[in-house]
Amino acid sequence: MARDRAGLEEALRRIPELRAEFWSNLKVLGSADTLNQSLEKAGRVADYMEFAELMCRDALEREESCGGHFRTEYQTEDGEALRDDDRFAHAAVWEYQGEGTAPVRHEEALNFEFIKLATRSYK
Amino acid sequence: MSDMKLTLKVWRQAGPEAAGEFKSYPATASEHMSFLEMLDVVNEDLQAHGEEPIAFDHDCREGICGSCSLVINGSPHGPKRGVTTCQLHMRSFKDGDEISIEPWRAKAFPVLRDLVVDRSPFDRIIQAGGFVSVPTGAPPDGNAIPIPKEASDRAMDAAACIGCGACVAACPNASAMLFTSAKVAHLSLLPQGQPERYRRVLAMVNAMDEEGFGGCTNFGECQAACPKEISIENIALLNRDYLRGTLRERVAGTPASGVM
Repeated sequence: MARDRAGLEEALRRIPELRAEFWSNLKVLGSADTLNQSLEKAGRVADYMEFAELMCRDALEREESCGGHFRTEYQTEDGEALRDDDRFAHAAVWEYQGEGTAPVRHEEALNFEFIKLATRSYK
Repeated sequence: MSDMKLTLKVWRQAGPEAAGEFKSYPATASEHMSFLEMLDVVNEDLQAHGEEPIAFDHDCREGICGSCSLVINGSPHGPKRGVTTCQLHMRSFKDGDEISIEPWRAKAFPVLRDLVVDRSPFDRIIQAGGFVSVPTGAPPDGNAIPIPKEASDRAMDAAACIGCGACVAACPNASAMLFTSAKVAHLSLLPQGQPERYRRVLAMVNAMDEEGFGGCTNFGECQAACPKEISIENIALLNRDYLRGTLRERVAGTPASGVM
């Protein structure tokens, strides 16, 4: 999978629209008082909406390519992933700030004491 | 081949306390569809018409999770041997067929809704004894415990049980003996299962009885219905260990687990 800024920004524009439609134009039959498999599925779709937005947000923030994350703007001349260890050698988590508010990104640096970071070639 | 037209007679029941009834639905299916895909299409159609979809359990749809559980034309998991409902395909049916679809029927498995039953009694049987004690720490060398090929094969055959409950649904007594015996055999045939061997069988049989499953009277319907073709030989093994366990408990005056 390859992503770029334009595509991610478009996704981030459209997901809230889709979510608004989901919450305002949805038919779930039955009630919440009995076993309701349709309601279970609707709950999962709601989760996917949240998760999809966060994934796009994170991919947009991460201006490098590494492993399964490939941004087409960040590649070598041979089309290989181009890392940016100065800015992205860290683990990150997003903290939820409530509905309608952008989440906050927290970073924890990855410190390599004994092994130097290198780029592996698969060629 | 063109699509086949079918009539489904489906058990609908709004909840555990509600009265249930069979309802007829027309269905169209291609021979390539699985039975559950056919039901998915029926449900899409029902929802489009504002009727609540037919509730049924399903998960992996590849015969390993033990979730799917339909009595189809009177047979648990349908007419084919050795397959679960999700592995049943519409090519096993023909144009014009009327197909009846019911939930597992057993006192110990109350219907929650439509075709969904509560199988947590099986979980409680497992909790009663379906475990082994192992020392914590580093894993032991795999070759340190010799196991005869025949024992490992038999244990693996018993361990193939996916806990779907078809054995209970097929049994005229709604007995859970095939399920419980498969779990007992899979552990008791192996060296790792020896410390709890007799305590296990007594506890699991006791749990099985408490849940309201019936007794085994050797009908053998369970092994015919089992999608994993578990043999009733396991029931014989359970009965032998149950007898030994009972005698040990009586002789020692302590729980069977106390003395090996």
